[in-house]
Amino acid sequence: MADQKDDEILGKAYDAKLMKRLLTYIKPYRKYVILAIFMNIIVAALPSLRPVLTKIAVDNNIANKDYHGLLLIILALFGILIFQSIVQYFLTYFTELIGQKTIYDLRTQLFAHVQKLSLKYFDKVPIGRTVTRVTNDVDALNEMFSSGIVEIFSDVFVIIWIFVFMFSMSWDLALVTLAVMPVLVFATFLFRKKVRETYRDVRKHLARLNSYMQEHITGMNVVQIFAKQKSELKKFSSINDDHKVANIKSIFYYAIFYPFIELLNSIAIGLIIWYGGGEVIQKHLSIGVLFAFIQFVEMFWRPVRDLSEKYNILQGAMAASERIFKLLDDNTIIPNPKEPVKLNSFKGEIEFKNVWFAYNPGEYVLKNISFKINPGETVAIVGATGAGKSSIINILSRFYEIEKGTITLDGIDIRTLDERELRKHISVVLQDVFLFSGDIKTNISLGNEEITEEKIIEAAKTVGADKFISQLPNKYNEEVKEKGATLSVGQRQLISFARALAYDPQILILDEATSSIDTETEILIQNAIQKLLVGRTSIVIAHRLSTIQNADKILVMHKGELKEMGNHQELLAKKGIYYKLYQLQYKDQEILKTT
Amino acid sequence: MFKNLSHLNKYFSRYKYKILLGILFIILSNIGGVYIPLLLRSSIDELKKNIDFNLVIKNAFLIVGTSALAGIFRFMIRQTIIVVSREIEFDLRQDFWQHIQKLPLRFFQNNSTGNIMAHATSDISAVRMFVGPAVMYSIDTGMRFFLILPIMLWMNTTLTLYALLPLPLLSFAVYLVMKKIHVRYTKIQEKFSDLTTKAQENFSGIRVIKSYLREEYEIKQFESESKEYLKRNMDLVKIRSLFQPIFYMIAGLSSIIVLWKGGTMIINGQLSLGTMFAFLTYLLMLIWPMIAFGWVANMIQQADASMKRLLKIFNEPYEITDEEADDSIQNIDGEIEFQNVCFKYRENLPLVLDNISLKIEKGSTVAFIGSTGVGKTSLVNLVARLYDVSSGEVLIDGKNIKKIPLENLRKNIGFVPQDAFLFSDTLANNLTYGLDENNQEVVEYVAEIAQLKKDVETFPNKFETILGERGITLSGGQKQRATLARALAINPKILILDDSFSAVDTRTEEEILKRLKSFMKNRTSIIISHRISTVKDCDKIFVLDKGKIAEEGTHDELLLLNGIYADLHNKQLLEEELSELG
Repeated sequence: MADQKDDEILGKAYDAKLMKRLLTYIKPYRKYVILAIFMNIIVAALPSLRPVLTKIAVDNNIANKDYHGLLLIILALFGILIFQSIVQYFLTYFTELIGQKTIYDLRTQLFAHVQKLSLKYFDKVPIGRTVTRVTNDVDALNEMFSSGIVEIFSDVFVIIWIFVFMFSMSWDLALVTLAVMPVLVFATFLFRKKVRETYRDVRKHLARLNSYMQEHITGMNVVQIFAKQKSELKKFSSINDDHKVANIKSIFYYAIFYPFIELLNSIAIGLIIWYGGGEVIQKHLSIGVLFAFIQFVEMFWRPVRDLSEKYNILQGAMAASERIFKLLDDNTIIPNPKEPVKLNSFKGEIEFKNVWFAYNPGEYVLKNISFKINPGETVAIVGATGAGKSSIINILSRFYEIEKGTITLDGIDIRTLDERELRKHISVVLQDVFLFSGDIKTNISLGNEEITEEKIIEAAKTVGADKFISQLPNKYNEEVKEKGATLSVGQRQLISFARALAYDPQILILDEATSSIDTETEILIQNAIQKLLVGRTSIVIAHRLSTIQNADKILVMHKGELKEMGNHQELLAKKGIYYKLYQLQYKDQEILKTT
Repeated sequence: MFKNLSHLNKYFSRYKYKILLGILFIILSNIGGVYIPLLLRSSIDELKKNIDFNLVIKNAFLIVGTSALAGIFRFMIRQTIIVVSREIEFDLRQDFWQHIQKLPLRFFQNNSTGNIMAHATSDISAVRMFVGPAVMYSIDTGMRFFLILPIMLWMNTTLTLYALLPLPLLSFAVYLVMKKIHVRYTKIQEKFSDLTTKAQENFSGIRVIKSYLREEYEIKQFESESKEYLKRNMDLVKIRSLFQPIFYMIAGLSSIIVLWKGGTMIINGQLSLGTMFAFLTYLLMLIWPMIAFGWVANMIQQADASMKRLLKIFNEPYEITDEEADDSIQNIDGEIEFQNVCFKYRENLPLVLDNISLKIEKGSTVAFIGSTGVGKTSLVNLVARLYDVSSGEVLIDGKNIKKIPLENLRKNIGFVPQDAFLFSDTLANNLTYGLDENNQEVVEYVAEIAQLKKDVETFPNKFETILGERGITLSGGQKQRATLARALAINPKILILDDSFSAVDTRTEEEILKRLKSFMKNRTSIIISHRISTVKDCDKIFVLDKGKIAEEGTHDELLLLNGIYADLHNKQLLEEELSELG
């Protein structure tokens, strides 16, 4: 179960393959990217002009008592400042726009992909994990797409511009000043390495802490029932402590690094004053150059430090993208045929021929099942839990792929049909009714615009749901709250009946509810079922004798095998399993009646 | 203004010496930092006058030396204040955990795990940001400002006033932007939550969506939610993008003013070049704090909001307490009695249990049966005091249940809850969860009763196999049998099975019930089930309907009544008899 450790993937800071794939998402917005990089070059250059202009002001204007020249420089500086501010505004705007648009694309693509995954995927992966991929993980990429990529450019450009100006003013002083560079680069490199190690450690302990809490909050009733609070608190303490210690360790490196960078900064300034000062005294350099150099040094170390911080953004993004791409590459999809066959004037005949099916390879839950249902017939499937009843309806809608044999509709193999075409003709009503947030109306039509309001109401009336819906404050527009928790089990059933009826399918699959419902609703449901079955091919997983007796055909399932088949009378005459079953049931009812 | 944060005082006071030391280091490092521009000033002025180059070299060394000293203090600041923030984070999380462990089941039913986790992670970490970085930066910033201001005023009062003119504007602008950001940020969070809900709902209902071919529709809906999320993000960006330009403008403005006014003053002989340079350097040192101010203000605001949410949890009442407990009661025998018990989950909700009176003899086995939502689980929850009654009394051994110390009560109850929850630990550790130590004999014994032995044989490391995400996934039936074994392991006086066999096939269930019979001798057992087969051999069966006892008696007696029980019996026969055939 390798995929279950997904959340702990830390990732490398840079992975060429992942990055290449990520960049394909930026492609549609390359115009913005080019624009942003262009603006970046400008924004990076403008601040470096300031020390240059300051130098001119000091050496030419102030030294020569040139008021007018000073004012011109001041105005130039002011103009640059305004220009820089404006460009910066749009730069930020566009980089964020790139990020937002990209993650929008990625998110909707991911969501659409998940829609295509077969139920096998959903059996395997907890829903919460898939939700995290679509939400948080995609968001984690935002920072990289927006500020990350573009700001790395800007940091690099700032450094380049400073180099250019320093060397053009005084190459020897530039060399002396940059003598600290190798130390700076080395220190940053070392720091990054150490921080990466501690970051991994912190992440590991944080993951442990979170999974402990997650698990124990979910199972808090167990902790409390067994009165284990004291010993659990001890366990928690030790995990919490590990997390703290790991964090404190990482503080150490930060505590060393930042002051060290500042020290290097001061050493560079010291060098400028020592070497540059000598040059000034010997009249080789003007004092304005010293002025400018000291300002350059101040400007220099921020981009260098930022570059090392970008590392964290990249690392987070790489880890998130690895998880996202893994989901995008998940191929648990039942392929649609390339040239699907059309179902013309579909009659509703269903045939299973020697069907074998397993959820897990080798563990067959359906073994060599063959039967035929004629158009308009109602078939009841009976059998114990685990006999394979639900599997029959799962494979008919092609939620899962069968291993062996064929399933045909009007003689056409369902694997050659377009999935949409197939499911269009089949409506499934399950035991636990799933209601979406939204109003009752939408829960019946499921947003299908072809289903008009009249049709919705008509369907609700037919199944007898209209009565309780009309009593709701907002009738059909009443919001369904908390997955329908405010509605009774029976009411939810009726809504799902209305849903099935509104779609008016040729084939109806019904998993009759076992849970007992109050007698009044029970009668409503019984009537509704009879109405639903009329005029269409129906398969009912039946729990009530009345439904079974009325069926045209009864399939008796047992441990994945189809043991008997026929109508009520035929099966009784056979004196097999069904006969015994019926006798038991019948006898029991007789006893009840006589007492 | 931030009254929620004042609740942190007790944590601060635990580390007051370390914090005071940290503040001292902040002062010292700032003195060093503020000294450097003065050294620059004197260097430039000396060079200008062209007198003593040795003094300039001395200054160069002093700059490096001062910076090294300040650096050491900076190191110490992080080692004290930031370390303390981690200590406080630890304490806070520890208290949080200790607290929620005591909260009643009600709390966990009303708050999703995700929600509680959010408090334990992001809220605590927001508070940590306040305790560490926010406190450090605000003291640092304040200190720097109050050290630099007098020096600037001393060097040149007029220039100082000119230079500082834009700074209040900067802070005010940052504040305004922050405030707007906050509003828009909240809107983004709301939409993000919608997006999450949408995805969650879609994935949960994927079967329905696929059946009715609603994929395209759902994708469109999700797209429109995502689009709205994008829009709200960009709304924020429009404001947040102002941030840097504002900073550039006003900070740059200060420097330009100094260059202009200072330059003029130098020309007029009122100012030295070195002083102007010192001014420019000081401005650089002040601008960052001014920005940090807005950043810190935002951090404090978030921490305050987080603390408020945390306090809400900290103020949740324990409800189930030992207030009335009589510590002399160590053990229980297992006689249970309900006297006119009424129960509802909340004040304005309908009664779940409506005036229930019943008695369960010590050592007997009783069953509760009835459809979903009739109050069966609520009833047994009262016996384990997962909830307390709304009115009436629950008595154990004739004593009010509240008199029995909670720990002693629960140590004597083997409870198998409806949702079979196991920890991701070894199977053996799970089975002996309620014991103080791992005991192989007990493990074997309870596994035998719960019919786990055969399954365990197939596990890679037998009883030492790890369960859950990191190990193997048990089937629903295996989980239920394991939770049953776990409850048996504590050798309980009262055994409660809350629909514990729903995923166990009937044949295995029968085996388990057969073996349980001898185990349950001399113990009181309560069985909740939907299945007649599970309850038919019980000493007494209660049929619950709408919070009341509708029928009671033995299996045969109830069949004769021809009521709810008999009806249920009919419905289930068909399926059950079938599984016995074949």
